[in-house]
Amino acid sequence: MIHVVDMTLLAFLALVAIAITRMTNLFATSVLTGVYSLLMACIFTVLDAVDVAFTEAAVGAGISTVLFLATLSLTTQREKPQRSPNWKALCVALLTGGALVYGTFDMPHFGDPQAPVHQHVGPHYIGVSPTQIGVPNMVTSVLASYRGYDTLGETAVIFTACMAVLLLLQHEKRRDEQSAVEEKPDKEAMEHAMILRVQSKFFIPLILLFGLYVQFHGDFGPGGGFQAGVIFAAGIILYSLVNGLDKARQIIPPNVLHGLVAFGLLLYAGTGLASLFMDGNFLQYRALAEEATHGEHIGILLIELGVGVTVATVMTSMFFSFSGRRRS
Amino acid sequence: MFIAAMIGVLITMLMALVRALSGPTVFDRILAVNMFGTKTVLFIAVLGFLSGRPEFLDLALVYVLINFIGTIAILKFVRFGKVETA
Amino acid sequence: MDLIVYYASWALLSCGAFLCAVGGLGILRLPDFYSRQHAAGITDTLGSAFVLIGLMLQSGFSLNAAKLVMILIFLILTSPVATHAIAQAARQSGLEPKVVAEEDEA
Repeated sequence: MIHVVDMTLLAFLALVAIAITRMTNLFATSVLTGVYSLLMACIFTVLDAVDVAFTEAAVGAGISTVLFLATLSLTTQREKPQRSPNWKALCVALLTGGALVYGTFDMPHFGDPQAPVHQHVGPHYIGVSPTQIGVPNMVTSVLASYRGYDTLGETAVIFTACMAVLLLLQHEKRRDEQSAVEEKPDKEAMEHAMILRVQSKFFIPLILLFGLYVQFHGDFGPGGGFQAGVIFAAGIILYSLVNGLDKARQIIPPNVLHGLVAFGLLLYAGTGLASLFMDGNFLQYRALAEEATHGEHIGILLIELGVGVTVATVMTSMFFSFSGRRRS
Repeated sequence: MFIAAMIGVLITMLMALVRALSGPTVFDRILAVNMFGTKTVLFIAVLGFLSGRPEFLDLALVYVLINFIGTIAILKFVRFGKVETA
Repeated sequence: MDLIVYYASWALLSCGAFLCAVGGLGILRLPDFYSRQHAAGITDTLGSAFVLIGLMLQSGFSLNAAKLVMILIFLILTSPVATHAIAQAARQSGLEPKVVAEEDEA
């Protein structure tokens, strides 16, 4: 039965992918990209990779769609028509795809327990993690403790992406003069948005509370820093959508936001340095407390907090930058 | 029993997808994508029970939120031509 | 007692799946955007509620039932507002409902 579900989902995915490439209306394609991400998240769930599905849904179907739309408002909505089909590109794509498919004939079967990838480190982590780290969710223990360097690198990448976006799309001060002339608050529009505002007053605290739950529940179930950060950012984006960008900027001043972006990464690296000062190696959490597993728990808590803060503030500041930009 | 529910949800997802791909106006597409999102929530919930791992329900909770926020963002864009409004 | 719960959840799940399929058929076949919204509304309310309550009966009094209750509450909080927002945006963008001239049956 699971195979039928799998094949149905993959068929949907192919259908959506073909539609995305064939449509020229860019608005429709960005909405369909959100559907594609939802389907991918379903497929990940069928494959039992729940943490990945979590992140894929939150980022792909939520934040990505919003950012695509913010970009579309600055550019055109129709794809430029192609004058003639590009046969050389088609040949290259077919050759590469054919070579890749030929390469998969030599790979081990999907889920084969004798495959080399399941032989060396995987069983070791699975055997050792309950006693060494004591956290029920093994994805978190591998992500945060055994492969802590990688996660530090990922957080640094997110930080760098935010820096790049801020450098390129910095909010210009000249906008204040323009906005005084253009944007008189539209009373009718505000009245029409009343239902949304009332509902969001009730709903946004629930979203933020759920984000906190996901952050701290990452040790026991699917969740963790990345997913919680995205949910937080989604709550703030909802507030900004309903009440306007200016009010959102008043609530979370951009200076505080930029400070928090750096704070998250510093918290992560600082935990590593703290364990260095306490007679351990860099990012060796067992040095942080008397008992080894207690130290691991403290370390994982702190770095997940760092990751969550960084991801939330990065997503929010990217959204503020994208949507604060005027079409020149 | 779960299989029947799963088949029902998959059929509904297919029909919403067809409407999203073919809908003549942009609002047809938005409606279909919103419906697709809520069907994904049901899909995850039923899948959790079908495979005996109901821990997936956190995922379904997130989808409800993300679906709603995505729909509101798309509507703001269509209505005002940009994502942020006064 | 267990048997009653089992059959009740079976009935609810089947009804829910059937209603979702009916809503899907409606969204394909109905002629106008505003009527399609009615069809989508069926799946969001009755279809989802039946499926989720059927799953709740299956899992008894546990954390999973609490999470299912929360999913239902979130759905009830968001789907009507989303429907309203879509319909309002469509109306304000000038999409007219398709009106068929009434025929007198006198």
